[in-house]
Amino acid sequence: MSERIIDPAAKGWATSWYEASARARIDGLLDAGSFREVVGPEQRRMSPHLPLFDLPRAFDDGMIVGPGRLDGKPVLVAAQEGRFMGGAFGEVHGAKLVGLLRAALVLKPDAVLILFDTGGVRLQEANAGETAIAEVMRAITQVREAGMPVIGLIGGRAGAYGGGGLIAGTCSRLVVSEGGRISVSGPEVIETNKGAEEFDSRDRALVWRTMGGKHRRLTGGADAYADDTLAAFRRAALDMIERAPAFDLATLEAEQARLEQRLTHFGDCRDATEIWARLGVNDPEAVPALTTAAFDTLLASLGETTHDAR
Amino acid sequence: MTLAEILASLFPESHSVTVTDGLVNGEGPFRGGRLAVIGIDGDTALGVDGACRLAGYVLDVVRRGDATPILVAIDSDSQRMSRRDELLGLNEYLAHLAKTLLLADAHGHPTVGLIYGHSAAGAFIATALASRVLVGLPGANPSVMDLPSVARVTKLPLDRLEAMAKDTPVFAPGLDNMVRTGAVQAVLDPEQPLAEQIAAVIDALPAEDTRDRAGRERGGRPVAEPIAAQVVREAALG
Amino acid sequence: MEKLTFRHTTQRALAGAKAQAITGVVASGNLEVLLERALPATECTVEIETPIRGYGEVWAAVVADFVARAQPGGLRITINDGGARPDTVSLRLLQGARLMEV
Repeated sequence: MSERIIDPAAKGWATSWYEASARARIDGLLDAGSFREVVGPEQRRMSPHLPLFDLPRAFDDGMIVGPGRLDGKPVLVAAQEGRFMGGAFGEVHGAKLVGLLRAALVLKPDAVLILFDTGGVRLQEANAGETAIAEVMRAITQVREAGMPVIGLIGGRAGAYGGGGLIAGTCSRLVVSEGGRISVSGPEVIETNKGAEEFDSRDRALVWRTMGGKHRRLTGGADAYADDTLAAFRRAALDMIERAPAFDLATLEAEQARLEQRLTHFGDCRDATEIWARLGVNDPEAVPALTTAAFDTLLASLGETTHDAR
Repeated sequence: MTLAEILASLFPESHSVTVTDGLVNGEGPFRGGRLAVIGIDGDTALGVDGACRLAGYVLDVVRRGDATPILVAIDSDSQRMSRRDELLGLNEYLAHLAKTLLLADAHGHPTVGLIYGHSAAGAFIATALASRVLVGLPGANPSVMDLPSVARVTKLPLDRLEAMAKDTPVFAPGLDNMVRTGAVQAVLDPEQPLAEQIAAVIDALPAEDTRDRAGRERGGRPVAEPIAAQVVREAALG
Repeated sequence: MEKLTFRHTTQRALAGAKAQAITGVVASGNLEVLLERALPATECTVEIETPIRGYGEVWAAVVADFVARAQPGGLRITINDGGARPDTVSLRLLQGARLMEV
């Protein structure tokens, strides 16, 4: 079942990824009508734990999975609904993603696409969520080792936080937009633990400089930067499938070198603008306001932002 | 058990395992060959620098090309919570550490996690949970978040959460709950030599990730395994 | 959680052949509506699960109004409510019915 909630006349090309629901993102990303949802809402496989907390459940537990086609290529897709429980991992939510990755080992699609929109582990199901995240990371490396790229797409309001950030780090390639944030601890948690001097969680500009899409793209934390549209994410996903590194010792050695160099070059930086300046950006203060076109031009002029690792 | 006691029980003769800045690294003789040990001691938080060093140690073992198993010994805090760590991309460093362990495990170096102290959140996922099998020692305390913090975030009274924790193992911290969830395979006996127990764990390593099956059998995760299996089945149709 | 079920008869089946549709999201002030063409032509049921207790009469009125307007015969409608206001509920139900008419 695939419900078309995008106006067919608009074809979804200009629709904001950030504003779209998980199903709308899948609908706009994949070839028209090609997505077949499995363990869908009509199956009512809901959380067995949320009622204990008097919390409402979602029919699909906020995780939508199934096969589809991307420019004719067979793919398996998972999308998180970031507005339900912050897209956080619970038992069912996590199991659906684990199952999708195991299905990839059997079906051997051209790629697996993960549409992240998550705050991490769902506290009410913490142990199940955390274990599922570990199972996902293991399964992703198995899928990669079997030769299939796993492409992460990050551009929703919850970003990829906590365990979601770790899962993102196991993907072959990551696409990020301006609004997509990637981090382990959230701004509020850092502030609660270390004080506002360390991180003022209400300083939105600081949050985006530190964890946002542009910063991650500039440092190589993400591999492609997309405009906030379904069409842009589709183009970027197709591009990334072709550029995915193998999961082997050589790649991890390259990743080790890349991450060591980052500590050497930027380990004493206090703010992202210092990092960007050292990367060769002439006007670091102007980066947050750059349009996508201007940011793409900047990236092209910098050279160091693409790599063969991850 | 302290790390020193663990190492003495693993390597009755000698070993070269040291701890620097809370990071554990080294090896000792084990079943005619060696057992590499990496990990975190002293309830230390795991940041970009520590994760990078630990990953390097794992890659050292893999590069050697022999079949040395790796013990991941953990008494850690959560991930280090700081502006600097997130600025530098902590998610990449923690994921990289997990990937080195997963690669090592797939390439002839069985990985066994041993939680003997604390661990939480991102540090737990990047180390102990990235091993093929995770065992614990009595008194170990893995957690996602402590109950008082859960109470603050969920706005539920602490005593109500404590009561609920008696009815379900799905959210409260603790070793027994992680055993029932399937994340921890077994709790070892501190009164028996560890070398033999770890050897037995290695000999019984499952070929696949069976944590969800264990979660179902033990009641901690009643639906994860069947739902994952249902996804596999339905994805294959049509 | 409070569970409510309303059964209605309609004058006709809902137009269209769509087997099922889903709309909305379970979030604060919102709701998720699953519609399935699963019942005899002039029957309609609406099942609701909500964390906000005590509004049975309001739900009954909103549902009755929707049934009268949309004539959703043959539909089994199931709702997960995140604490939505009646006008939001009406909106989602009508959106759902429109999706099913395709």
